[in-house]
Amino acid sequence: MKVLVPVKRVVDYTVRVRPRSDGSDVDIANLKMSMNPFDEIAMEEAVRLREAGVATEVVAVSIGPAASQDTLRTALAFGADRALLLETEESLAPVVISRALAAVVGEESPDLVLMGKQAIDDDCNQTAQMLAARLGWGQGTFACRLEMGDGEVIVTREVDGGTRIVALKLPAVVSTDLRLNEPRYIKLPNIMKAKKKPLDRRPLDSLGVDTRSGIRMVSVAEPPARKPGVRVADVGELLDKLKNEAQVI
Amino acid sequence: MEFDVVIVGAGPAGLAAAIRLRQQAEQAGQDLSVCVLEKGSEVGAHILSGAVFAPRALDELLPDWRERGAPLNTAVSEDQFLLLTQGRALRLPTPPQMHNQGNYIISLGNLCRWLAEQAEALGVEVLPGFPAAEVLHDEQGAVKGVATADMGRNPDGSEGPRFEPGVELHARQTLFCEGCHGSLTKTLIDRFRLREGVGPQTYGLGIKEVWEVDPTRHRPGQVIHSVGWPLDTHTYGGGFLYHLEDNRVAVGFIVGLDYENPYLSPFEEMQRFKTHPAIRPVFEGGKRIAYGARALVEGGLQGLPKLSFPGGLLVGDTAGFLDVPRIKGSDNAMKSGITAAESVFNLLTSSAAEGIEASDFRRRLDNTWVIQELHRARNIRPGFRWGFWAGLAHAAVDTYVFRGRAPWTLRHQADHERLRPARDCQPIDYPRPDGNITFDRLSSVFLSNTHHEEGQPVHLKLRDLQRPALLNLPVYEGPEARYCPAGVYEYVETGDANALRLQINAQNCVHCKTCDIKDPGQNIDWVVPQGGDGPNYPGM
Repeated sequence: MKVLVPVKRVVDYTVRVRPRSDGSDVDIANLKMSMNPFDEIAMEEAVRLREAGVATEVVAVSIGPAASQDTLRTALAFGADRALLLETEESLAPVVISRALAAVVGEESPDLVLMGKQAIDDDCNQTAQMLAARLGWGQGTFACRLEMGDGEVIVTREVDGGTRIVALKLPAVVSTDLRLNEPRYIKLPNIMKAKKKPLDRRPLDSLGVDTRSGIRMVSVAEPPARKPGVRVADVGELLDKLKNEAQVI
Repeated sequence: MEFDVVIVGAGPAGLAAAIRLRQQAEQAGQDLSVCVLEKGSEVGAHILSGAVFAPRALDELLPDWRERGAPLNTAVSEDQFLLLTQGRALRLPTPPQMHNQGNYIISLGNLCRWLAEQAEALGVEVLPGFPAAEVLHDEQGAVKGVATADMGRNPDGSEGPRFEPGVELHARQTLFCEGCHGSLTKTLIDRFRLREGVGPQTYGLGIKEVWEVDPTRHRPGQVIHSVGWPLDTHTYGGGFLYHLEDNRVAVGFIVGLDYENPYLSPFEEMQRFKTHPAIRPVFEGGKRIAYGARALVEGGLQGLPKLSFPGGLLVGDTAGFLDVPRIKGSDNAMKSGITAAESVFNLLTSSAAEGIEASDFRRRLDNTWVIQELHRARNIRPGFRWGFWAGLAHAAVDTYVFRGRAPWTLRHQADHERLRPARDCQPIDYPRPDGNITFDRLSSVFLSNTHHEEGQPVHLKLRDLQRPALLNLPVYEGPEARYCPAGVYEYVETGDANALRLQINAQNCVHCKTCDIKDPGQNIDWVVPQGGDGPNYPGM
C-alpha cells in the first residue's frame, strides 16, 4: 500500500506573528518555519503504517517555495521514502492546492492520502475535503484513530461530544486530528540519512493546473488589545461591576 | 557517529571554524568531515548581539561576501557617544576604539543563518535542534567528542513514552564554540584546570529590543552609545541605539555583572534607559517587535582561560575574546574560529593520533589582531571598579597617554563575589511600566518566542536546594528575581506566612546564563534543555 502525505511549511507554532505595517499580510521575514503540526501527525501515522508493514511506500509532497525542501527533509527524517516539491512563490488557497494534489494523486496513484486537518497559518480546514471530492474518494476527517481493514480503512472521527467510526473503501483521504498520535522526536542519524533520500523538485506549472482561486486577501489585523484587569475592593463591588458594567449577571 | 571535527555551537566562531576547515580540506584535496551541533531550533534562534559588525574577519573568510549576498545591509553613517544624566545628554568625543567607519549595523542572527548556508554548501553538516549535553572522554581522559541531549524525559528524569536517548558523536578534535559561559566549557575548565594561574572571567548582561519606528524618526546607519544614567556611578554599563534598515531600531542596555547592589535590576535599568528625553522620542509611535537577553564576556585578556586541552579547543566567546572598549566581539570570535581551524587542520593532517592537543592555537592567536588588541585594551574595563568617573578618567589616560602600553595589568574579581549584602545597600524604586515605551518582564519574554516543552526536567539545577532560603533570600533579598531578564526566578508565598519559596519557571528561560554567573553562592548550574527549546529570535 502506498501512502501520500501532503505537508505544508508554516511559521513555527512557538513563534508570535504580527501583521506587516501596511496590513497586507503577516510578516514572516526571518521567522522560524516548521512543518505544520497536524501534518507531522499525518507523517507519524504514515510512518507507523510503514513500520507495521501495512504501507510499502510513504511519499511526502509539498507545494511552496524552494525553502519547503527543509520541510520535506524533515518528512524524510521522519521516515518517508521519497519526497516531491512542487515549487511556487505564490501563496495559494486550499482550492488550488486541492487541484494540484489531485493531479499528484493522478501521477502517484496512492491507496491512501493522509494529511493534516488544517494548517496552523490560515486555519482553513478545507484541502482534505476538497481533494476527496475532486477524486470522488471517501473522506475520513478529524481522525483520532485509524485501523486498516480488508480493502478499507476504519477511521475514528472526533465529532462534537464524542466519536464517530466510519469505514472508507480504499483509496481514501484521511485528515488527522491532534489525538491521533504524538509525533516522535527525530533521531539525529535519520536527519543525516534523510539528506541522501530522493527529493524531486518541479515547478508547480508542470502539473498544468489552474492556480486561480477566486479569493483575494484584503488585509490582516491583530485582534483588539485586551483591556487591563482591575482590582475590586470587595465582593459587593465585584457583583456591581459584573451586573452593571459587564452585564453578565 | 564519527567525524574528523565536531563543533559545538553554530555562532560566528563555530561557523567560521567549520567554513575554514572545509576550505582548507578542499584546497588540499582532502576529505575532512565536519559537523556543527546547535541547541537552538534553527541557526540564529539563540543568537543575540547589538550589533555593529566589523567585517575584517569575514573579509578574510569569504572575501566575496558581497556577491554571495551576506546580510550586511546598513553601513554605519554616524557615531554618537553620549553621557546621560537624569534629563540631559552631553555629547562626548567618540573614543578611537569606538569609531565605526566601514562597519555595518546587522542582525548577527541573520549573519549566522547566512554563514550556515555557506558552510552547508561547503559540505559541513549543520545540525540545529541538537544540543551537546555531555563531553565524552577516552581512557586517557582526552576529549573524544560529545553526546547530544536526551529527548522525552519526565520531570523526575525517568524515560517518558517518547524517550529518545542522545547520540554520541566522536571526533578527532572537538571545538567548543558555545558562546559566553558555555555549559560544557564550564565542565572542561574544571576538568582540565584551564583557569589555573589565570584570573576569573567577568561578564555583562545585555538586554535588547527591536522596534519598528515611525519612519520620520528613522535614521538608517545612525549609531548611538551612552554611559551614565540610569546607572549609579558604582555600576558599569551603558546603552545603545542602532538604526537598521526597514524602519527597524535595535535598542539595548548592558550592565556589568560586577554590580554590587542586589536590588539592581538590569531589566528595569533597560526599560528606564528608553525613557531618557534624548532616547525616548525614537520610540514614540513605534512598536516593539522583539526582545531578548544574553550575557557577554568582559574579562578581556586577563579573563582568557587556557584554550587547548587533549582532543579539543575553546573558541570564540566561550573562551572570551570580546573587546570591551570597542564593544565588539563577533569579528574576534570569527577570527578565533578561523585560527582554530588552521591549527586543527594542521594537526589532523600531520598526525593520525587521537586525543592530541592543538597547543599552537594560542601562539597562532597571539600573532593576530585579536590578542594584540585585547592586550592594548586590557586595563580599561577593570579600571571601572573604582567607579564611573575614576574609570572614565583612567580609560582616557590609558587610551590617549599610554595607548594601551601601561607597564601594569589590572586584575579582576569574580562577579558573584562583588554582590554586597542587601542590608548594606539601598533598595531601588523603579518606575512602573507604561505599556507603550516600557514594559514588564512577562510581556517582554513573550516576544522572545521562548519555548520549552512541558514535562521535561528543569534545566536550571540547584546544587543545594536549601541555599536560596538560607543565603539568597535572607542575605541578598533574592537577587535572581531581579537579575533574571526572563522572570525565571520568583519567590512565592508558601502556606507558612513568613516563608517564601524559590520557584523556577524554567519555561521562560532565554538562555542568557546570567544566573549561572551571578548567583552569590554559585549554586545554579545552567544545563541544556531538550533540543530546539529556548528562544526563537527573529534575527537578533
